[in-house]
Amino acid sequence: MASLKDRARTAGSRLYDWVELRLGLIKPLTETATHPTPENSASWLYVFGSAATVLLVLQIVTGILLALAYSPSANEAWNSLAQLNHVIPLGWYLRALHGWGSDFMIAIVLLHMVQVFLFGSYKFPREMTWIVGVGLLLLTLGMAFTGQVMRFDQDAYWGLGIGASISSHVPIVGPYLVHMLLGGPIIGGATLARFFTLHVFVIPGILLGGVGLHVWMVLRHGVSDWPMPGRIVSRSTYQQQYHELTASTGIPFVPDAAWKDGVFAAALLLAVMACAFFFGPFGPGGMPDPTIIQTAPKPDFAFLWIYALLAFLPPSIETPVLLVAPVIGIAGLLVLPLFAGEGERHWSRRPVAVLLVSVIAVTLGIFTHLGTYTPWSPVMSAWTSAPIPARLLANRTPLQRQGALVLQDKQCRNCHAIAGSGGQRGPALDMIASRMTEDQIIRQVLQGGGNMPAYGNALSPSETKALMQFLMTLRSEDLPPAIDSSTKLTHPGESQTAHPTPTPKNP
Amino acid sequence: MSEDQTNPTPPSHHATHGEIALAANAAAKAAAHTRRAFLFKLSLAMNAAVGAVLAVPLVGYLLGPAMKKPSETGAWIPLGKLSDFPVGETRLAEFRSPEARFNDGDTAKAACWVRRISEDKLQVFAINCAHLGCPVRWFAQSKLFLCPCHGGAYYEDGRRASGPPERGLFEYRTALVGDSLLIHSGDMPTFTTEAVNKPKPLIQIAPASSTDEAQAASLSTNGATSPMRSNEWPA
Repeated sequence: MASLKDRARTAGSRLYDWVELRLGLIKPLTETATHPTPENSASWLYVFGSAATVLLVLQIVTGILLALAYSPSANEAWNSLAQLNHVIPLGWYLRALHGWGSDFMIAIVLLHMVQVFLFGSYKFPREMTWIVGVGLLLLTLGMAFTGQVMRFDQDAYWGLGIGASISSHVPIVGPYLVHMLLGGPIIGGATLARFFTLHVFVIPGILLGGVGLHVWMVLRHGVSDWPMPGRIVSRSTYQQQYHELTASTGIPFVPDAAWKDGVFAAALLLAVMACAFFFGPFGPGGMPDPTIIQTAPKPDFAFLWIYALLAFLPPSIETPVLLVAPVIGIAGLLVLPLFAGEGERHWSRRPVAVLLVSVIAVTLGIFTHLGTYTPWSPVMSAWTSAPIPARLLANRTPLQRQGALVLQDKQCRNCHAIAGSGGQRGPALDMIASRMTEDQIIRQVLQGGGNMPAYGNALSPSETKALMQFLMTLRSEDLPPAIDSSTKLTHPGESQTAHPTPTPKNP
Repeated sequence: MSEDQTNPTPPSHHATHGEIALAANAAAKAAAHTRRAFLFKLSLAMNAAVGAVLAVPLVGYLLGPAMKKPSETGAWIPLGKLSDFPVGETRLAEFRSPEARFNDGDTAKAACWVRRISEDKLQVFAINCAHLGCPVRWFAQSKLFLCPCHGGAYYEDGRRASGPPERGLFEYRTALVGDSLLIHSGDMPTFTTEAVNKPKPLIQIAPASSTDEAQAASLSTNGATSPMRSNEWPA
């Protein structure tokens, strides 16, 4: 038996020699994998880069499998997605894996970036690793946007319209950019074809090349050591210090440090699979038919904050902000390691860095949250679907009730909530009579202003009268009606109750 | 490094003998080298030239969609009978984009809002919000167009009422041929692609007067674009 085992071992060894003599890759790759890395870099916070790579591989594999069934043609794409969801066995699961993998990948890439930034790992000699990394972030977001177009539904269609509208604001070349983006004058087959080309060939190609460069530089400079307050990065001494640290505390990357990467990658893949299995694929939503206007388009999660921002930018500064801010932001990220390439790495000595990350994270979080419920959008169906609560109609005069009808019929509820239902674009009207006098409300309704359209042309005098009668009943019993404080001076003889409004008596 | 420093002398001794031979060899090679270097540079130059010739049509193909002249885009298309649009109402009309191609599917379709002001006065608005292009909806009771995306609002005549849009709704040029309503459609309207469409010759079909023509060409959002009655089908 022993001789058989020996013979097998000899045969294996000879096979290895035969291959390696010709290939010449196994030995250098093994050496690379086992290269010594500072012991303090074997941390659970150092796993995001490898995790992003693992997710990239998942996206490539699931993407290739989806391409077996997807039809990148405007008249077939939606149906091919429906077929994947409902007809092709496990098609829904592949779509779900790819969709959730994309969300996870953006999250992990952002985490990786925040960790590298807070740890000062972008400093000398890893400046170019950071710069290439910024490119990889943009490419990842590019994959997310083009991927959203692949899901060729209403959101994709109108999302392309939003992209085209933003591009059209670029000075001089605006219209050419729109045509380049859409592949023609309208959103159609040519648009989907070019976004497919970007999503499947162009961006992944650059992305893979970029990841190669990124990993090459990580290997060339070694995994950055854990930052310590007071340990200053200097171009003249850092590399020698790093090599001394590696020589004294170094452990082989595989297996001593890499096991954490492995465990995290497995947990992450499991999380993607769980989300895909339990929550299923994203869409597709309604068919991309631009004549179906009963739709409220929304971008995917990663772009909700931009969508929210676009609702709040005043018209006068929207174009400059849209065109200039991204350029400044990206340029800032790119040049960061060039002017902050030396000095402290530890976050406790870099308050500006910590403040920046906190402010950006909170801002993105708030805008994303706003994007999930879009308080700026009119609720298109509120005027027919949200009735006036009965308690607000009890013990009212016929004219006041007529006013409630006018309020519903003129779609006021689309922007104004009552009793918690209705739009949030304008203020809730539950206590409007405690905040505004009748004259103020009439002026506001008829002339508009402050982001409210003027309703002078849409309301007859009798409708206005009825509406006011109803609105003046909308106040809490605990609060007096709003008064015009100048009345006492201008009409000393009259009291405030010259036009008494029947006090609401709640049953 | 350390190895070199421990035994520096013996290699240099050997080198003195070898250097003479090397120098002679190098001198002999030099002549041939310049010739080969020249030929290599020549091959680089050739490839640069061939590459440029190759690249021009490739870039031209890539930029094709952007190079199309605005005057080549768009056509007059019928929206339906005038009687389908009652006076005083604003109705949704559908059409197939004249720019549609065979593989556009549903995206070849387009919609617009037709506002019949009087017997012969009409406004046709693009469905795309002037902010970022989402489909606006008409609310007849409050006489407003509302956008679902960011809450842009427009009055019945297309003027901006409130919200983020910088301007009023985009308007199509209209024409009446017999009983049929025509609009000129081409680009999906956006902030500047609509502007590019302005200097189209087709706007000049049977203008009632030169002022009307100027008004129509400016696509004023304050009033209705003068519809033009014409018996001549636009070429």
